[in-house]
Amino acid sequence: MSPIETAETAPEPASKIELPAHVGGGGEIPTFDVTLRVRRYNPEVSEDFVWEDYELTMYGTDRVLDALHKIKWEHDGSLSFRRSCAHGVCGSDAMRINGRNRLACKTLLKDLDTKKPITVEAIKGLPVEKDLIVDMEPFFQSYREIMPFLINKGHEPTRERLQSAEERARFDDTTKCILCAACTSSCPVFWTDGQYFGPAAIVNAHRFIFDSRDDAGDMRLEILNDKEGVWRCRTTFNCTEACPRGIQVTQAISEVKQAILSRQV
Amino acid sequence: MATPTIDAPRSGKIDVKYNRRRGGKGNFEMVAWLFMRLSGVVLVVLIFGHLFVNLMVGDGIHAIDFGFVAGKWASPFWQIWDLLMLWLAMLHGTNGVRTIINDYAERNATRMTLKTVLYIATVVIIVLGTLVIFTFDPCPAGAVTDLPSFCTAK
Repeated sequence: MSPIETAETAPEPASKIELPAHVGGGGEIPTFDVTLRVRRYNPEVSEDFVWEDYELTMYGTDRVLDALHKIKWEHDGSLSFRRSCAHGVCGSDAMRINGRNRLACKTLLKDLDTKKPITVEAIKGLPVEKDLIVDMEPFFQSYREIMPFLINKGHEPTRERLQSAEERARFDDTTKCILCAACTSSCPVFWTDGQYFGPAAIVNAHRFIFDSRDDAGDMRLEILNDKEGVWRCRTTFNCTEACPRGIQVTQAISEVKQAILSRQV
Repeated sequence: MATPTIDAPRSGKIDVKYNRRRGGKGNFEMVAWLFMRLSGVVLVVLIFGHLFVNLMVGDGIHAIDFGFVAGKWASPFWQIWDLLMLWLAMLHGTNGVRTIINDYAERNATRMTLKTVLYIATVVIIVLGTLVIFTFDPCPAGAVTDLPSFCTAK
C-alpha cells in the first residue's frame, strides 16, 4: 500500500461548519442553472464592450470564480481574468459582480440571486485591458507614493523592534489589506478623477502612520494633505462596503484626516 | 481588418489623467474641510435662532413686514447676526458646490467655467447683502410717498 492511498482512505477531519441534512449528506451537492452575464472587451477585435451570456450548471458550493473557470475551460477559452490563489488572499480577482465590487473567489453563487443573470464586469475607474483585466498601474502608482515600507531613523537594532500589544492593535485593521483595488475602484471620486490617491493608498499609509516603530508618519501625512489626498474623501462608505477583508476603510481615512488636523491646527 | 497596435503589459505607460499634478501644496483643502464642519455647526444655531425669532416669538409670522425687518436691522445685534448668517451660508454653500464641481466635472474647461460662474455669483451676493445690511435706511431722506408709518414726517 503506497502512502498516497493511506492518505486517501484515512477519515477526513470533521467539518466545523454545520450543513443541513440535504447538503452533502450522501456526497451529493445540489446543482442549479445560472446565467452569467460577462462584460467582454477585446481591443484587438473591437473598441466596444459587449455583454455575453453563458448558461451554466453549477453546484451549491461553487463560487463566481468556479463559474468563470467553467466558462474558460469548457465554453470560451478566450475569456480573460486574473486569479492566483483563488482563496481570497492574493487580491487578483476583484471584479464588479451584480454591480458591487467583490472577490470572485469569495462570492458563492448561491448567495446571489440565481434567478436573474449574474453580471460580471471589470472594476471601474481603471483602464480595461481585456475582459475582466484592468491596468493596475495607476493604482500601484498611488500606493508607491505613500511609501508603504518601514522608515526608521534610529540605529538598526540587533534584535526585533519591540512593540506593545496596544501599539500593534492601533493599526491592526489596516494591515489586512491585500491590494485588490476593490475599494479604490468603488470610489465615485476616483471614477471621475483618477488623480485621487484612493482608499487603498490611504489605508496603507494609515498602516505605517500609526505604527509606533515608524518615523516617517509626518512625511506620509504631508503627502496625503495634497489637493488629491484625504480631503477628497466624501465618506460615501463605498470602500468600506467593497472591502473583501472587512477593513473599516472610511474610518481609517477619517483617522488620517484627524492626524493631519491635530498636527497642523 | 487592420490590427491595432497594443502596448505590451506593464510597459509603464499610464494614461496622463492618472498622473498627479505637482505643486498646489498648502493647506487650502484642509482649511476648506474644517471650515465646512465649523460653519455648519454655527449655521445650525444662527438659522434656527433666525427662524424662531421671525416665526414663533410674539405675533409670529403675522408680524413680518417691512417695519419688522427695519426694526431688526436698527439693532447692531441683528445686523451682526444676519451678516454672519449671510457670510457663513454663502461661503459654506459655495465651498459645497465647488467640491461637487471638482468631483463631477470631467473636463478641465467645464470645471473652470462652472467655478468662475460660481465665484462671481458668490461675490456679487455677499457684497450686495453686506451693503444692504449696513446701509439699509427705512426712512430715506427726500422720499415723500410710500414711507412706512413709523417714519417721522420730514
